[in-house]
Amino acid sequence: MACDIAFAEVKMGSIHEPTTGRAAPAPPPRIGVLALQGSFALHAAALRRLGIEAVEVRRAPALEGLDGLIIPGGESSTMLKFLLEEDLFDPLIAFHRDGGAFYGTCAGAILLARTVENPAQESLGLLDVEIQRNGYGRQLESHVGACSCSALGEPDLSLVMIRGPVISSAGPGVEVLAKWRGAPAFVREGRVLATTFHPELTDDTRIHAYFLEVATEARQATGATLGGTNSR
Amino acid sequence: MSTEFRLKTGLADMLKGGAIMDVTDADQARIAEDAGAVSVMALERVPADIRRDGGVARMSSPEKIREIIEAVSIPVMAKVRIGHFVEAQILQEMGVDFVDESEVLTPADEENHIDKHAFEVPFVCGCRNLGEALRRIGEGAALIRTKGEAGSGNIVEAVRHLRQIGNELRRLTILTDDELMSAAKELRAPYEIVRMVARDGRLPVPNFAAGGVATPADAALCMQLGAESVFVGSGIFKSTDPEQRAKAIVKAVTHYRDPAMLVEVSMGLGEPMRGLDIATMPEEELLQTRGN
Repeated sequence: MACDIAFAEVKMGSIHEPTTGRAAPAPPPRIGVLALQGSFALHAAALRRLGIEAVEVRRAPALEGLDGLIIPGGESSTMLKFLLEEDLFDPLIAFHRDGGAFYGTCAGAILLARTVENPAQESLGLLDVEIQRNGYGRQLESHVGACSCSALGEPDLSLVMIRGPVISSAGPGVEVLAKWRGAPAFVREGRVLATTFHPELTDDTRIHAYFLEVATEARQATGATLGGTNSR
Repeated sequence: MSTEFRLKTGLADMLKGGAIMDVTDADQARIAEDAGAVSVMALERVPADIRRDGGVARMSSPEKIREIIEAVSIPVMAKVRIGHFVEAQILQEMGVDFVDESEVLTPADEENHIDKHAFEVPFVCGCRNLGEALRRIGEGAALIRTKGEAGSGNIVEAVRHLRQIGNELRRLTILTDDELMSAAKELRAPYEIVRMVARDGRLPVPNFAAGGVATPADAALCMQLGAESVFVGSGIFKSTDPEQRAKAIVKAVTHYRDPAMLVEVSMGLGEPMRGLDIATMPEEELLQTRGN
């Protein structure tokens, strides 16, 4: 499992410490949305509301130059087949190793997890959690809820769970940012974020904005280690 | 949009960019899942066989549906006859994820469709034009698909229906507010939904294609014409190599704008299902005219 969290320990703004007090604002991060299947267009629309035009990623070369990637909701088993059969699995792990940020919703969280159950399936292993597919049951158990999230402040997050997964355990390096029915629902490990619910189905863009911050931090950390360039 | 309805369309949103495959038993369901289908549709016979054998086509048996639900981890849809709300109650009780009130089965009610608001399970319905789509949405459908001509292996009707809906949608967006009541009257559709569609320039629910998809190119054609996913009926299991064809159609839906990928996935698939010329078919053999 590649869980290199060293970059994320560098706090935002600590890399290009303004020396004159008039440093140019950081350019917006370049974000891709994995567009194999699922709610990728809704994620792109959420980013557009934040002024970011996302790149649709269907093949590995499209990852070039990106700072972060969203893996959308959808069917994880379908997306996994594309990752394995179309040479995307290793490039995604390399993207993380080279400093790229990730945000997975629902199926995306399943693909990022260390261990997947119900049934077991392969995963990228970039997030130290064990996750149960369809953890609440079938569509009739799909539901909405609300929970507080101190990282995002008021108002509460509204949670839309569509045949959602349940995170059954999280490693010590995983920060739990929001919980639902006792289980982690919004987690962060370094530059990897995941939600078991679908903010892309709501008008609330705070989690997307939070991800843009994480991706910006990740870029600045990478830029520092690569001698100030953003190239990957 | 109500919370309940958001949960229904939310599942349809998660199925976008995918292929949903007709299956009659657990073995076919596993083949579909292994090929990367986002969902399977349970039915008693595929449309080409319904067409060939005739008789009354009904909901699949509960045993078959149970077997399919247990065989796969992806969402399971199942078909009910138009207006047969008790078949729908049975499917909801069994935990089916989506119900297709389908013209492919023999209609149970020649006047009325099911009141889909009365159910927790989401419904998909077929349509040939915007008015039909908006009537089904008015009844509570959370997903719309073209009817095409099921079991024909001929994409011409799905193309006609996709173009018709797109054309009528675009025309609606240029009308002024005081012209919308008259438009609703012509469309025979609920005024509030007509107003919403005119404002947004799109349907309030996802719009998939169905009816006659036999090749990866057919699937990509539907996607380029604006469908957000593709249902494949007889096209998979009436071809000579269902496994390969299923995989190829899944890939064609994702890479629908990438001709090089379409070349690659279209190779080595064996023979597609044999198609029918719809222009020479007698009117009474058409499935698309059922329910309106």
